[in-house]
Amino acid sequence: MLKDITIGQYYRENSIIHRLDPRVKLFGTMVFLVSLFVADNIFGYIIATLALLGVIKLSRVPFKFIVRGLKAIVILLLISVSFNLFTTPGTIIWKFGILKLTYEGIYNAFFMAVRLIYLIIGSSLMTLTTTPNDLTDGLEKALGFLNKIKIPVHEIAMMMSIALRFIPILMEETDKIMKAQRARGADFESGGVLRRAKSMVPILVPLLISAFRRANDLATAMDARCYRGGEGRTKMKPLRYKKGDGIAYLVYVIYLGLIVGANYL
Amino acid sequence: MMSNIIRTKNLIHDYPKCDEDGNVIGSYRALDDVNIEIEQGSFVAVLGHNGSGKSTFAKHLNAILYPTEGCVWVNGYDTSAEEDVWNVRQSAGMVFQNPDNQIIGTVVEEDVAFGPENMGVKTKEIWDRVNYALNAVRMNAYREHSPNKLSGGQKQRVAIAGVVAMRPKCIILDEPTAMLDPVGRKEVISTIKHLNKTEGITVILITHYMDEVIDADRVYVMNNAKVEMQGTPREIFSNVEKLKEIGLDVPQVTELAYELRKRGISMRDGILTIDEFVEEYGRLVK
Repeated sequence: MLKDITIGQYYRENSIIHRLDPRVKLFGTMVFLVSLFVADNIFGYIIATLALLGVIKLSRVPFKFIVRGLKAIVILLLISVSFNLFTTPGTIIWKFGILKLTYEGIYNAFFMAVRLIYLIIGSSLMTLTTTPNDLTDGLEKALGFLNKIKIPVHEIAMMMSIALRFIPILMEETDKIMKAQRARGADFESGGVLRRAKSMVPILVPLLISAFRRANDLATAMDARCYRGGEGRTKMKPLRYKKGDGIAYLVYVIYLGLIVGANYL
Repeated sequence: MMSNIIRTKNLIHDYPKCDEDGNVIGSYRALDDVNIEIEQGSFVAVLGHNGSGKSTFAKHLNAILYPTEGCVWVNGYDTSAEEDVWNVRQSAGMVFQNPDNQIIGTVVEEDVAFGPENMGVKTKEIWDRVNYALNAVRMNAYREHSPNKLSGGQKQRVAIAGVVAMRPKCIILDEPTAMLDPVGRKEVISTIKHLNKTEGITVILITHYMDEVIDADRVYVMNNAKVEMQGTPREIFSNVEKLKEIGLDVPQVTELAYELRKRGISMRDGILTIDEFVEEYGRLVK
């Protein structure tokens, strides 16, 4: 049961998008998100849609993987759509009690929904085409300037990658502890929410203790292998921009230009 | 002197004893007057049961712990000198018991690269070292795998590769097989021997499995924080009574020969392998 949970949602494929530098993809996602809020008429959204479809096609990620990410926001989507539908003042089309459906409401709701859906698709395209490792590397390098204002970027990135490494180990351990408790008659499935939450305590305590023990061991092992922070550290696989990355940045500029231009149509 | 990669002189280590509020109320002596000299290129085993001080000793060789009294020199560096800590750790790599808790990378080759990366080795050389280390432990076929998918023995070999990639003069293995199945144990021990024989790396194997130390050049037996016995495996296992008194077992054939001798069959002392036993028995029967 715990085995089903995967971290990140990387889809293995060797497309142009997959091979891009993670920094390019991070920046591209940012550009796309900004463009969604810059665009304010139908033409802007047509351009954004075409761009998104183009990237999806290039990435060769099956469409169902992309749509899967939307499940998580269905409720959020419904709430924001209904709020927009019924609370926007304007020309009333249909009225029921305090609920007023307006022309402007439909307009707003539609664009809000499109914005939200594109937002999720855009960012899950990044996580689908970038391994969690590359993503951490990219973040570390792209946010390196934050070091100047005393934000420990390297340490945060290191923590992220260690977390990625240990999540499956801790999952396995949870499974083991649950089995051990079950063998002694523990019941995790019946009872109400409160009872079930309570039955998790005997799992969490040993899990936490073991996590601390592992952390201690790992710290010693890292010390023994000469780890002393990010300074003076070299990389086996340093991030280097290639030709495709430059082209991608150029595409971003053109794309943003088109989006801004579309606002004047 | 120079041929000794590791030397300890009157090494003493005390762990502080604390009460429930964290106040120090005394100390517990984990190492007491330990004098050990280890020659470059040798294969040394340290035996002892739990709490004998053998793991504490291992941690001293990597400057993870510092002597309470006395001195430890690794490759000529004094481990208690703060400025030499990284030199010490580079000279003497350490492999721990739990393979899961010492692998940092999410891909095998990236984990092996962790040590050289920390040392500031250039990218091209990191690749050379990773290739060399993975070949040395015969794990090259798994270089792009996730460590989570490997068996215990394979994980431990990756951990050894991670140390080998730092090009240390000596490797200290703190009970590397304690959490492995018999197959994994065999894999790891044969890897260690291979590194010692063909790569010339000094190996210090800390263990409580007797059959792992038979091929060692020198064995130290620790008991109650002290070095109780030292010598070649043959010398050590000739003294079955003393080992039993300490609470350690001897290899099965040695035990058999010992029991036979006790019953009046004139078997010679210090039989370590089945072949030796067969030969000796054949001589007697004739």
